[in-house]
Amino acid sequence: MASGVKPRVKVPKSAEAGEVVTIKTLISHKMESGQRKDKDGNVIPRSIINRFTCDFNGQNVVDVELFSAISTNPYFEFEATIPEAGDMKFTWYDDDGSVYEESKSIKVG
Amino acid sequence: MEFTRRDTLAMGLGAAVLSMVPFRASAAVDAAVEAFTGGADMAATGIELTAPEIAENGNTVPIAVNAPGATAIMVLAAGNPTPGVVTFKFGPLAGSQSASTRIRLAGTQDVVAIAKMADGSFARAASTVKVTIGGCGG
Amino acid sequence: MKFKALTAAAALLIAMPVMSLAEPDDDHLVINGDLEIVTKTAAPAHMEETGIDTIMSGWHFRADETQQLEMDDFDNPGMIFVDQAIDSWNAVEGSAGKSCASCHDDPSSMEGVRAVYPKWNEAAGEVRTIAMQVNDCRTTRMGAEAWKYDGGDMASMEALISVQSRGMPVNVAIDGPVKAVWDQGKELYYTRTGQLDLSCASCHEQNYGNMIRADHLSQGQINGFPTYRLKNAKLNTVHARFKGCIRDTRAETYKPGSDEFVALELYVASRGNGLSVEGPSVRN
Ligand code: HEC
Ligand code: HEC
Repeated sequence: MASGVKPRVKVPKSAEAGEVVTIKTLISHKMESGQRKDKDGNVIPRSIINRFTCDFNGQNVVDVELFSAISTNPYFEFEATIPEAGDMKFTWYDDDGSVYEESKSIKVG
Repeated sequence: MEFTRRDTLAMGLGAAVLSMVPFRASAAVDAAVEAFTGGADMAATGIELTAPEIAENGNTVPIAVNAPGATAIMVLAAGNPTPGVVTFKFGPLAGSQSASTRIRLAGTQDVVAIAKMADGSFARAASTVKVTIGGCGG
Repeated sequence: MKFKALTAAAALLIAMPVMSLAEPDDDHLVINGDLEIVTKTAAPAHMEETGIDTIMSGWHFRADETQQLEMDDFDNPGMIFVDQAIDSWNAVEGSAGKSCASCHDDPSSMEGVRAVYPKWNEAAGEVRTIAMQVNDCRTTRMGAEAWKYDGGDMASMEALISVQSRGMPVNVAIDGPVKAVWDQGKELYYTRTGQLDLSCASCHEQNYGNMIRADHLSQGQINGFPTYRLKNAKLNTVHARFKGCIRDTRAETYKPGSDEFVALELYVASRGNGLSVEGPSVRN
């Protein structure tokens, strides 16, 4: 697992049933592009987060495929419809096989 | 990500060269578009791409895409060594078919966004971002 | 003499194409919709002879997209490092079996600290930066190893300490026991160095608002430190930035943590007396 990886998500604590809410996510990650060389001229191997998903009560909100052109500390902002109370689950997939997860509950009413 | 002086220089040079030659879509861009659209025509409306005209640093350029009714949006950076940037697929609970992120641009170039609509059609938007890399102040 | 410094800088300035009107803008910085930041105010009395009557945060000189990153803590990537520093604040380290929290409770106990540093430490008989103080606590009180002066752990801790004072006016003392160090810092600020024969003042006092190559020159204030720079996507300390600026004049630079840089930090901080503590800020 890449060191110092820390997810942050911003999700409202509550919503009206059917409301569209804004979600922001950020994860600390170098996103090593695989195009840089170290001091000795060796290519530094690619090591990025290649996929990010957000689901609410098991239903998908977004499924994102990332390439090396996504900046260090990947940031996403998008909107989700909240049909009922429940849990929003965020998952980041690292090139090295690590999976980082975060979950937030949203109340309705 | 730390850039060495050489990286910065190379990126700066890349920018200079790119701003002199007219933009030419590379084979890799064509291949990525072909894979996403299957070669279908792309409408010039139906998708919005927001990107700064001038980015202060190519390392972190904020962009936003919005294509009401899309099932997926692919973003490409035509002038990067590899053009892939990001592909958003919108699920049943997406509140809109829009998203923002921050991307790397290795110099002045066109950013391209292509939306795949629910009816199987495609729409395309592009925006030129001029990347200025400050050479001063460490 | 002022004229000579100007011509060297002018040569650099002419070398780059003018891209846009380069005046600092009139935008207004409010963080999270409710935290008002003073980014422009009257210059402190000691700056009378500089010809600058309004001091301005570096935030005004950045593009709108960069400015926006600082207006919401979630959008500000520097805040990730504040989160990381909370973990190290609570982590027990060193032979005394203590964490920062053992003695300082919550990080909120650091409210007001960032606004008055660098500051005279009576017991040690020296001017201390926050980094020096943190390393003193680590080595003498925790029995832990000092952090690298301008390394990631230190920059993150500085960000956590800075956040506790955000919005408070910078107010470093410049007389009394610190006077000699302040004078030294002032002298360094005006000393021209390197092949380009430029001082800090050549760029940040005489040419702020102008474009230098593709960069919009600010007054070189440090109220926003540590700064998250888009260029290297990490937090940058004051001394790391000084080092970069001096290197750009093709001069030999001092070391982070050196007496010279501590003096320079005190002087530059005092040129921002009255601006709000803004760190961690976002710069290009
Ligand atoms: C064993 C107790 C102890 C521990 C552990 C400790 N400190 Fe301190 N710290 C002190 C004392 C006592 C002072 C006042 C020192 C002085 O004035 O010389 C102080 C002062 C400070 C100050 C200056 C505050 C001011 O108002 O000027 C900072 C900043 C600080 N500590 C940060 C830290 C950090 C960060 C850590 C953890 C890495 C830490 N300290 C760990 C005891 C401790
Ligand atoms: C050749 C011109 C030049 C010289 C000389 C120079 N700088 Fe800078 N400095 C810059 C540029 C360009 C930047 C980035 C844009 C800006 O914020 O001004 C910068 C940025 C800074 C910043 C960051 C400001 C912020 O808001 O984050 C500080 C602090 C700074 N300089 C201090 C100094 C000090 C102290 C000296 C003298 C040791 C110095 N500079 C010398 C060009 C210079």
